[in-house]
Amino acid sequence: MISFTLWDIFRNLLLATRWTILLSAGAFVGGGLVGLAVLLVRVLPYRWAVRAARLYIELFQGTPLLMQLFLAFFAPALFGFNVPAWIAAWSALTLWAGAFLAEIWRGCVEAIPAGQWEAASSLGLSFIEQMRYVILPQALRIAVAPTVGFLVQVIKGTALTSIIGFIELSAAGTEITNAIFEPFTVYGCVALIYFALCFPISRGSRWLERRLNVAHLTH
Amino acid sequence: MSLISLTDLRKSYGEHEVLKGISLNVAPGEVVALIGKSGSGKSTLLRCINGLETFQNGVINVSGLEVHANKAELRALRQKVGMIFQQFNLFPHLTVQRNVMLALTVVKKIKQDEAAAIARTVLERVGLSSKCDAYPSQLSGGQQQRVAIARALAMQPVALLCDEITSALDPELVNEVLAVMRDLAHQGMTLMMVTHEMRFAREVCHRVVFMHQGRVHEVGPPEAVFVAPATQELRQFLDTG
Repeated sequence: MISFTLWDIFRNLLLATRWTILLSAGAFVGGGLVGLAVLLVRVLPYRWAVRAARLYIELFQGTPLLMQLFLAFFAPALFGFNVPAWIAAWSALTLWAGAFLAEIWRGCVEAIPAGQWEAASSLGLSFIEQMRYVILPQALRIAVAPTVGFLVQVIKGTALTSIIGFIELSAAGTEITNAIFEPFTVYGCVALIYFALCFPISRGSRWLERRLNVAHLTH
Repeated sequence: MSLISLTDLRKSYGEHEVLKGISLNVAPGEVVALIGKSGSGKSTLLRCINGLETFQNGVINVSGLEVHANKAELRALRQKVGMIFQQFNLFPHLTVQRNVMLALTVVKKIKQDEAAAIARTVLERVGLSSKCDAYPSQLSGGQQQRVAIARALAMQPVALLCDEITSALDPELVNEVLAVMRDLAHQGMTLMMVTHEMRFAREVCHRVVFMHQGRVHEVGPPEAVFVAPATQELRQFLDTG
């Protein structure tokens, strides 16, 4: 059995945390772009576009992230493509985050009173101009807090990517445990690092909510 | 020659017909009050003129532009016809001046400094030049409504459509808004107003249109409509009002 000091455990876990952070950031940015695109499609006045967007959202919200990771990793192999674990992990998390962010943001857009759309269109603004100058700036203020809050879900979601062989914080924890047989210490450290990542974000989300004074602006 | 012309306008929500063949002409500079009970179709009529509501039949023509012709024509029409709402609908994330400037810079493509000058002029016209940098939430209801009027005026419209613009105001704030409307009427602005301010309609409007169950039930100069209503429905409405 290999002997590890507590610092050895922590040091190795922190090295793996880089990948958790990188994957979370990549998935969050990618998911944000996908979410924005889906949001715009959802508010378009075309029924087929709305249906397609809704189907995508329901598909990704209605299936476990674990299944999505499996499919992203194994499905391309059926067609002769070998996808590296990090690409499969990133693409699955991106699509998963995109579906949730699109819904969060749709709620924010719909929270803007109809009178704002009407006032903007009565001034002759086109649909895109209404979105750009009137609706999105207001919706974004409402969206900041839940969006930042969702980042916590993305970070925790990365833990599942260990199942397809991506070595991030959780996977590193499992590997160290297998080597030193101290699951309580190792997973305790893993949990502590996740908490250290997520807690400031949760607090930041609440701080932003207060700072942007959402209720004051929308009434 | 009429500025706004409605011919056989019909509008339904499903089975429920709310406008049952409205025909009405408004001359340039004319001030028309639309009165009637809730649900008589006054607001819907006004919203149809600005293209905020679709309609099934009829023709609406404003200054040579037809509502429903195409999107470009509708946008051109909206630049000519200002709309003022009961709930003001100012953009809360923009200052008063930015509220007024937005359509000037985005729709009319006027340069920022020129648009700012126009904004200050119209805000002065409604007595709010000192509030340029304030946000809507920092203003009283009456002030917000005056900003909404300024925002519509900045586009240099040929007519203003006013949808119960004093209904959401506290009684002590109604007069400041009506004073602005009175000035606009005296300056020759064409106004179509859905209103419950009978005194204002009597004193300022050239014509009063009484709507009942989706139809123009009675129309005439205020002295005739208010003093000698021809129909039982109008008499009843005036008595209960």
